[in-house]
Amino acid sequence: MVEVNLWSGLTRFTDGIATVEVEGTTIGEVLDALIAAHPDLKPFIDAGISVAVDGEVIAKNRSAPVRPDSEVYLMQQLKGG
Amino acid sequence: MSKIHVTTKVNGDDVEFLADPRESLLDCLRDKLDLTGAKEGCGTGDCGACSVSLDGTLVCSCLVLGVEAQGKTIETVEGMAQDGDLHPLQRKFIEHAALQCGFCTPGILVAAKNLLERNPDPTETEIRYWLAGNLCRCTGYDKIVRAVQDAAAEMRGAA
Amino acid sequence: MPKDELKTSFKWIGTRPDRPDGLDKVTGRARYGADFSLPNMLHAAVVRSPHAHARIKKIDASKALALDGVKAVVTRADLPTGLSGEDLNLQDNTLAGDVALYDGHAVAAVAATSALLAKDAAKLIEVEYEVLPHVIDVDDAFRADAPVIRPGLADHSVPKGAPGNVTRYIEFGHGDVAAGFAEADLVREETYKTEATHQGYIEPHACVGQMGADGKGEMWVCTQGQWYVRRMCAAVLGTEASQLRVTPSEIGGGFGGKTTIFMEPLALALSRKAGGRPVKLVMSRSEVLRATGPTASASMDVKIGMKKDGRITAGTVSFRMQGGAFPGMSPIGEALPCAFACYDMPNVHHEAYEVLANRPKAAAYRAPGSPMAAFAVESLVDEMSRELGLDPIDVRLTNGAKEGTKSSYGPKFNQIGLVETLEAAKAHPNYAAPLGPNQGRGVASGFWFNHGGETSVSVAIGEDGTVQVSVGTPDIGGSRASIALMTAETFGIDYDDVRVNVVETGALGVNEPTHGSRATHSNGKAMYEAAGQAIRELCKRAAADWGIDAEAVEWADGAAQPAGPNAGKFPPMSLREIAGKMGSTGGPISGHHEITMGGVGASFGTHVVDVEVDPETGRTTILRYLVVQDAGRAIHPAYVEGQYQGGAAQGIGWALNESYIYGKDGRLQNTVFLDYRIPVASDLPMIDTVIVEVPNPGHPYGVRGVGETGITPPLPAIASAVAAATGVRLRELPMSPPKVLAAIKARG
Repeated sequence: MVEVNLWSGLTRFTDGIATVEVEGTTIGEVLDALIAAHPDLKPFIDAGISVAVDGEVIAKNRSAPVRPDSEVYLMQQLKGG
Repeated sequence: MSKIHVTTKVNGDDVEFLADPRESLLDCLRDKLDLTGAKEGCGTGDCGACSVSLDGTLVCSCLVLGVEAQGKTIETVEGMAQDGDLHPLQRKFIEHAALQCGFCTPGILVAAKNLLERNPDPTETEIRYWLAGNLCRCTGYDKIVRAVQDAAAEMRGAA
Repeated sequence: MPKDELKTSFKWIGTRPDRPDGLDKVTGRARYGADFSLPNMLHAAVVRSPHAHARIKKIDASKALALDGVKAVVTRADLPTGLSGEDLNLQDNTLAGDVALYDGHAVAAVAATSALLAKDAAKLIEVEYEVLPHVIDVDDAFRADAPVIRPGLADHSVPKGAPGNVTRYIEFGHGDVAAGFAEADLVREETYKTEATHQGYIEPHACVGQMGADGKGEMWVCTQGQWYVRRMCAAVLGTEASQLRVTPSEIGGGFGGKTTIFMEPLALALSRKAGGRPVKLVMSRSEVLRATGPTASASMDVKIGMKKDGRITAGTVSFRMQGGAFPGMSPIGEALPCAFACYDMPNVHHEAYEVLANRPKAAAYRAPGSPMAAFAVESLVDEMSRELGLDPIDVRLTNGAKEGTKSSYGPKFNQIGLVETLEAAKAHPNYAAPLGPNQGRGVASGFWFNHGGETSVSVAIGEDGTVQVSVGTPDIGGSRASIALMTAETFGIDYDDVRVNVVETGALGVNEPTHGSRATHSNGKAMYEAAGQAIRELCKRAAADWGIDAEAVEWADGAAQPAGPNAGKFPPMSLREIAGKMGSTGGPISGHHEITMGGVGASFGTHVVDVEVDPETGRTTILRYLVVQDAGRAIHPAYVEGQYQGGAAQGIGWALNESYIYGKDGRLQNTVFLDYRIPVASDLPMIDTVIVEVPNPGHPYGVRGVGETGITPPLPAIASAVAAATGVRLRELPMSPPKVLAAIKARG
């Protein structure tokens, strides 16, 4: 299981839960599992988010690997100049 | 509006073109003579990207009408290198990394050449004030000023 | 890759050779957006709204179309319907629909046989408007009684009861801020405000577009990203992306403002309507300032708790930002995680509201959101440090984020170089330089994430053993030089034997633009992998020639070398030698790599500035300026310094002078460079730089990306220096002479 940390604004849509444990070996699998567990997160995830895996912010690569002990944070999608 | 026939000398060559009386010298250089080295950054004389020398005077070619070039002598960035040899300012700009995007570079080179013709040994402050009409958004001017100083030193034979 | 695999000694990396495009750029040969022309080309002009907010009741182009030489007019009715999300934003910005949303919003465009004729024709297009109430200022737009300019655009994140112009809301944090504040010896809360600024690239937007009735088209354009132009134009016009070939010109500055489109679809739409004749469209400076680029304006509340020794116990921020009349354009999602990124925050809370205002659609500008956030947080940290009698660098060292620190936005930091920049700043002679009357010193740190992203690179070996690299990222500040250096290093050949080309959309897979400080970082990695593929083939050819196993050949010093006990003794076979006969040994040799680049390393910086403020006029003069920033590895140090200096100069302009000035009618009043005054040569001193190198373990050469962080610290550093010089703290930018003078007078 991977522990996913949500930003606190999202807890309105997860009955107050800030960390969710899901199965997954890639960012894509983790996000899909997250939506399955908490369907109200779908619009946020579909709108585009970044995911920090072990300290590295990944903008949209769903194939990036995630290990069971990875530190995973959802973040707002980032733009660069 | 009928066009006016203009005969002028650009970088040593006799040229002629037909200008609408409303067209700037910059438009004529770029669109009639295919000399696109001078750039339009503002069209209002604020940025200096269109700097050329007109009878030895540094001007913003966007503020000069094409028809005013009649009988005059114009020098642009395209004329700075002589017989394939770069002007010392051109060499020093490359050497000092004094350009990033390079869009302001032609105007700054023309302006700096004009400065060194008047003052072969300018201070940093004199360079900064002379080039105050040439905007650069990339470099913060540091390397530009150093390149001009170094070119001036070389041209004085002091390098 | 693990730290110990990172190479530390190089032949080419870290040297300062001439840039490959230098000669073209000092001779006027380099071709920028407006330098392209095609046979049978038309010229276009755009009709723009003179109102901040107005319903478009009628557009009558009959008089324009009656002019000889006028070939086509397009309005919103010529564009497809049914778009959504950012595609709809782009279309709404390309041409107004029923409502013009800001002063300068495009309403119609016309193509004619000359630029003068097109301008004349544009004046003959009659537009009937019904003026609507407008709102410009970010705080005004946030008021509950503000005119709601685009109802119904709030997304799912917006809490119920939020003001009507709010379109997005973000909240995150960790720890217990109430307990943190209770623990503090000093708690301060202040509000800071920054005005919108423009990227200020000297080259106005320009393109030549051609499109036939079959939807096949070509475009030559100054852009940071040719694939973005392709995708966005196709979306706005309802055509297929792959039918449009986009070739980037040399680019006269972008800073984020050329990562999107503004008028490019108009050239294509006009061309399509004019029987496929190519159409050239070049913006004037006032069009650039009225209708492109600006960054957000921001109003920001910050609260910090600090112990007497400078340790930060808690912090909160609440930001309001407007990014124009289009949802999703303000950088709230970037500003918040940057706000406290330099600090180890045990207790922290962030929230931000995006609001709409009748202003142009904001675009990215160098570290979007970070400079404003830094202005607010770094200013308050400085205020509190002074109040407690603490050295501002020491306070940052006490709280500074380092490897393993839980970042203010959640995840733990990997290797980062903030502390190294603080120590280098403290040791620099500028930090000990004596100050005179009316002079003051300011310090601030800054952060940017950096970015990788979609990257596709090819390397091809020439018959003479030279190497050509194809990249998809326009070169704004010397990236061809840095990519050529890394290529020379990887192959073990001379820098001059490499040519790096920025290619059109038909030549590679999709590339993201030159944005997010990614060009050297991402292309370096993709080139490294592509080169590895070519090198494996080169070794195979040598092995076949020698009659040994390919595994018994290694690549070193630009040549295949037999290696291992059973390889036999052969003289090294150079790249030139293998390339010279590649046609008869198996065909062309090349390498290719595609990646959504990760391995991103954040870049921190610390700036020290000394100013003198004239008490008679309020004018601030920058006396000394020092930029210290972590590059990871400086591939071409001269262009790394250039990024540091350029970022600082833009930050200085933002701090002291630049801002959008609107009249009561909602029209922009400073639409030329004389009035929108960016720093000129006589405004600035030399800008000193120190390159710190804490290699990024995620990159084969340790590159982090250096483009953006440098614009972040100047805003608060200068505000703190002005406060030190005058005794008054300005919490609203720009710190223009009248504002500074008024503050000095109010101090008494």
